[in-house]
Amino acid sequence: MSEGVKGRLKIYLGYAAGVGKTYRMLQEAQSLRQKGVDVVIGYFESHGRLETIAQTEGFEVVPRRVLTYAGSQFEEMDVDAVLRRKPAVALVDELAHTNVPGSERLKRWEDVRALLAAGIDILTTMNVQHLESLNDQVFHATGIHVRETVPDWVVDEADELVFIDLTPRALRNRLERGVVYAPEKARRAMENFFTETNLTALREMALRHTAYEVEEKLVAGPAAGETAGGPSDAQPAARAERILICLTGRPSSAILIRRGKRVADYLHADCLAVHVKMSESDAEAVERHMSFARNLRIETHVVQSSDPARAITEFARSKGVTQIYMGRSLPQPWWKSFRETIVQSVVRQASDLQITIVAERRRSGTA
Amino acid sequence: MAALNDRRPDPEELLRRVQDTERRASRGRLKIFLGYASRVGKSFRMFDEGRRRKERGQDVVVGAVQRGVTADIAEILGRLEVVPSIAAKYAGRDYEVMDLAALFRRHPEVCLVDGLAYDNPPGSRNPQRWQDVRELLDHGIAVISAVNLQHIREQQSEVERITGKRAANSIPQEFLHEADEIEVVDAPPEALLDRTGNKNTYDSRSLAELRELALLLAADVVDRQLQDYLEAHDVAARWGAQERILVCFTARSDAREMLKSGMRNKARFHGALLVAYVEQADLREEDREKLNANLALAKELDAEVHCLKGSDFVQTILDFAREQRITQLFLGHSGRPQRAWLGRTPVDRLIDGADGFDVRLFPHGSKP
Repeated sequence: MSEGVKGRLKIYLGYAAGVGKTYRMLQEAQSLRQKGVDVVIGYFESHGRLETIAQTEGFEVVPRRVLTYAGSQFEEMDVDAVLRRKPAVALVDELAHTNVPGSERLKRWEDVRALLAAGIDILTTMNVQHLESLNDQVFHATGIHVRETVPDWVVDEADELVFIDLTPRALRNRLERGVVYAPEKARRAMENFFTETNLTALREMALRHTAYEVEEKLVAGPAAGETAGGPSDAQPAARAERILICLTGRPSSAILIRRGKRVADYLHADCLAVHVKMSESDAEAVERHMSFARNLRIETHVVQSSDPARAITEFARSKGVTQIYMGRSLPQPWWKSFRETIVQSVVRQASDLQITIVAERRRSGTA
Repeated sequence: MAALNDRRPDPEELLRRVQDTERRASRGRLKIFLGYASRVGKSFRMFDEGRRRKERGQDVVVGAVQRGVTADIAEILGRLEVVPSIAAKYAGRDYEVMDLAALFRRHPEVCLVDGLAYDNPPGSRNPQRWQDVRELLDHGIAVISAVNLQHIREQQSEVERITGKRAANSIPQEFLHEADEIEVVDAPPEALLDRTGNKNTYDSRSLAELRELALLLAADVVDRQLQDYLEAHDVAARWGAQERILVCFTARSDAREMLKSGMRNKARFHGALLVAYVEQADLREEDREKLNANLALAKELDAEVHCLKGSDFVQTILDFAREQRITQLFLGHSGRPQRAWLGRTPVDRLIDGADGFDVRLFPHGSKP
């Protein structure tokens, strides 16, 4: 109907459950409400934490929607009801949440985008380990495979990002006191995920990522005063870089995509992906990777050829690529060991380009 | 030639670590709240933590308060025991000095100290308040304190570049590393502008720059804590949150291009840039000269240069990369056509052995 302005998105970023993201969000929402702003709770997860529940006092809560899936009942945010209610600000906890099958949208961040598009300001929470580009790094550091992820661009587009800090020691104290989880769950959590080293590593990632987002806004935003429009003073203008990710149907392609995109984002480089189609054998896996790449806003291409190395090199040249990202070639059986691998062959043919070979991020054997 | 970094901690360093550990055992714990600008709310967070600890039964007193506290802080102070500081005047300037003698007599479990970077007047027991805090810690009293980025000595030039101002009093950054915990008090710049109500302090851009600086400083402190912890518990170093780039020099590599890219990556990722080369005995004179010129350039660019010894180039580099938690390794193409039928080249072996880091190959020589 009305051609409204997009709502503003504010994310409270933490590094683990229990650091106080939801609490802080509610606290700020309370002060908005006291100023007369029309705030409602679109979705809120109390986890039975009393201090947090106390903060919801006085808020209007939009009732959740109940869905039945596989014989069980699940509650999700009722996006349509929030849209009908159309508050100035809605609180939506846990941005990385995956909706139960049968929901209109797969992910809560998609629900949030629908609310933003309707001109509703959103306050939301997430943990750094849910960022897509950090997925492999999180696994490497903690041994945890995080399944629910949010594409980086969703977070990049947030108007405000606030880092909610708590030291790992304080967080572990809270667990011990039973503030975060019930005692039995807390004990198991402290032995597994909530170890001092895991928490410290995640906290460092959250600090660095917040710093990165702050810097991105500085670079993108209008320069203060008279220098607007001119080249940034701090860094010399670098030659525009273009990164090409070579996709296959192999599982390691997901790592390649995340890593290539992350480097491209940091370097402000263009990022595109190509798959050289030789047969139909792993078409489904390839398509999955291609759609994953598109989901991260990478431009994807398919090239048909029986000579992948040549096809990659020619494609890279035609697109003005400066850096090629490839996975490691699989170990060759002995009877083929005299033949060049695809990586070797690209290295030879594209010797005027930078070529990055991405290793799998395995977890080191230590604790 | 300029000094080269050694890979292993020297005995002095090891001794310092042992003494550190011993000292910490009997020492009070230090927790510092770090803010990027005044009014970000760090004092409130500090006193609020004191209040919560007291409610949980800890023996908490206030050792130092800043002048002109806000209403919400005053409300908390009303519920806490305050050991009054001593007012002093020197050369026309007013000072508030923490009453150490009274605090030692009172000997609480936890002491809250605001304004960590305050100076004491000449003739005091310690020239600066952070040194008073150190004494409290040495007496087994835990301290919770708060400090602003602009008061961290090593950050002051950068803060001055951003804001045009330099605070007169400061604490050494090393003192942050002495803290058992530091907690960042973060808020978007807009919140500060609202709160202060006057836009003439700093604009939102300066505040954003300060904010980034504080977050990165905290990340570095946290990173060091993690490495210390891993070392103390004899856990192998692992891939951290920081991008660490290793540029490998060989006698004939195009160092300039690799260093340029390395610098750019370092700047964008706020990472570390290391340069390594494996010593070769039988280098030709011209290659030696070129290598030396490249090393000089690396040092000029402030890269950390390491000279490695090892009979096997590939294995030496791989070991070093693992030990240094490298995330990207830069290497020149061999420059000669690869003859795969003669077996795998060193580059192939390096790629095969790269566990947990990327290998980026650079074109050899100058490009059109």
